[in-house]
Amino acid sequence: MNNSFAELAPNLSDKWADFIQAIIDTFIMELWAGAIVFIIGFIFGIILTVTRSGGILENKYIYKVLDIITNLFRSIPFIILLTALMPLSRLLMGTAIYIRGAIVPLVFGAVPFFTRQVQSALAQTSDGLIEAATAMGLSPFDIIIRVYLRESIGPLARATTITAISLLGLTAMAGVVGAGGLGDFAIRYGHDRNMTDITWATVIVLVIVVSVFQFAGDKVAKKNSHD
Amino acid sequence: MIELENIVKTFSDGGENSVEALKNVSVSINDGDIYGIIGFSGAGKSTLVRCINLLEKPSSGTVKIDGIDITELKPKELREERKKIGMIFQHFNLMPSRTVIENIILPLKHSGLSKEEIYGRARYLLGLVELSDKENAYPAELSGGQKQRVAIARALANNPKILLSDEATSALDPQTTDSILKLLKKLNSKLNITIVVITHEMDVIKQICNKVAVMDQGEVVETGDVFDIFANPQEKLTKDFIKTTSNLYKLEDILSDNPDGISIQADDVVARLTYLKKDVSEPIISTVTKKFDLNLNILLADVEIVSGAPIGGTVVIFSGDPKNIEGAIKYLKDKSVRVDIINFDKETDKNE
Repeated sequence: MNNSFAELAPNLSDKWADFIQAIIDTFIMELWAGAIVFIIGFIFGIILTVTRSGGILENKYIYKVLDIITNLFRSIPFIILLTALMPLSRLLMGTAIYIRGAIVPLVFGAVPFFTRQVQSALAQTSDGLIEAATAMGLSPFDIIIRVYLRESIGPLARATTITAISLLGLTAMAGVVGAGGLGDFAIRYGHDRNMTDITWATVIVLVIVVSVFQFAGDKVAKKNSHD
Repeated sequence: MIELENIVKTFSDGGENSVEALKNVSVSINDGDIYGIIGFSGAGKSTLVRCINLLEKPSSGTVKIDGIDITELKPKELREERKKIGMIFQHFNLMPSRTVIENIILPLKHSGLSKEEIYGRARYLLGLVELSDKENAYPAELSGGQKQRVAIARALANNPKILLSDEATSALDPQTTDSILKLLKKLNSKLNITIVVITHEMDVIKQICNKVAVMDQGEVVETGDVFDIFANPQEKLTKDFIKTTSNLYKLEDILSDNPDGISIQADDVVARLTYLKKDVSEPIISTVTKKFDLNLNILLADVEIVSGAPIGGTVVIFSGDPKNIEGAIKYLKDKSVRVDIINFDKETDKNE
């Protein structure tokens, strides 16, 4: 078995420890950045939803500022964000490289995307439901928790899935700042040293991870759909 | 008691365009009323009903409920006030991710009741709307009529004094509409709840309301007891609405569709007799026939019970001596029967 594996993928078996480390690095980046993106994007998405014109806490200044910031960071290519945010990374994390250095640009890259995803998930809640909840005497906080979020679990699960997968793509690029991870591993060995089996192995791992994300997201969405 | 005083509501797009949805509307609704507000779409009736629970804030004017101007309330006080005003909608607005019973308990979250009390109340309401067997169904599994029943139960959760119904039957078929209207009427008498009904169908007004306001282009053009309005409408719009519900006004259509079906002699007079008083116990047609020696041929008759009293009338052909016909018409008017002579050659109504 070991012999045939070494024949089939000689470079991979040679770099096995590095490969495992790359997977771990990718997961650490995904989890840390993902958790922060989830919280911030969720809050921003809710704020945009309730402060929009006609929203339950309409406030055009807050809406406008957040809307512009979101658009601004969405339009900057991630590869530029990675380098442009190095000073901020140093300030916040103490370093601009390694995994710690990648978290800040990952968050800045994914939050605007997730914010829009949350916003469009919540926008699927019909105005009639909000009107009914307001007429019941529910407070804005109750309406956010008990109507907007409760009625949007399915769309929010899909938004989270899409963002998690897109974040995985971003972590691959984070190798540029020396963060390591699967992307960096594939480039360094698979591409630069023409070790094709390493490229393939990386792709297979990513396909599996993406499939698991998608499966879990669909499951949650389906469980909460009663239409 | 709901008192809307000089309500003006202007919708503005922020620029120069603005629409005056309500132009100085005043309406007063007594406790226990089933008050109908009728108008075509765009008349402002939905905006008006939303001023009662301030889903729409009037641009000017006051909204008093039991003497308290609710436009002056702080947000938290307003939320407490809204709990005393239930509301149901054309499209039900049930929460799709919640079961029937979860929908009904939603307004009771901060009521201070225990879990048992909350579920007890919800089950009592489900019984009241005759849906006890659907407790754990999701809204998507229910028919339109059942959804509206759940919405009614939800609206009653906090034991409100007022129920606002915004086109609640407009998305339902006629039989279901009927059963929902009967339910509203039952709730009105059983719980003594004041109901404000928004509709574009005069049938709805006729079936359950005791008072009505007719709205047109942001203004109330006519108000009064439903019986009086039906017996003696003043405005053209009101008459148009009444025509939609009464067969008596289909005569013109019948005559023009079947010119050969009805034979009318030169001296004959066709007239629509409408009862204006809440008493039609006297056999008027029979009396007239004998007393004036006339033949009265009944073409159409339509008598219904509105607000507990019969209303409607007949369309008859008077044949006989023209002098006697004149006498008969005068006699009928003395008996508080309105007589409209129908001159169908010119296809116009002459109010005699």
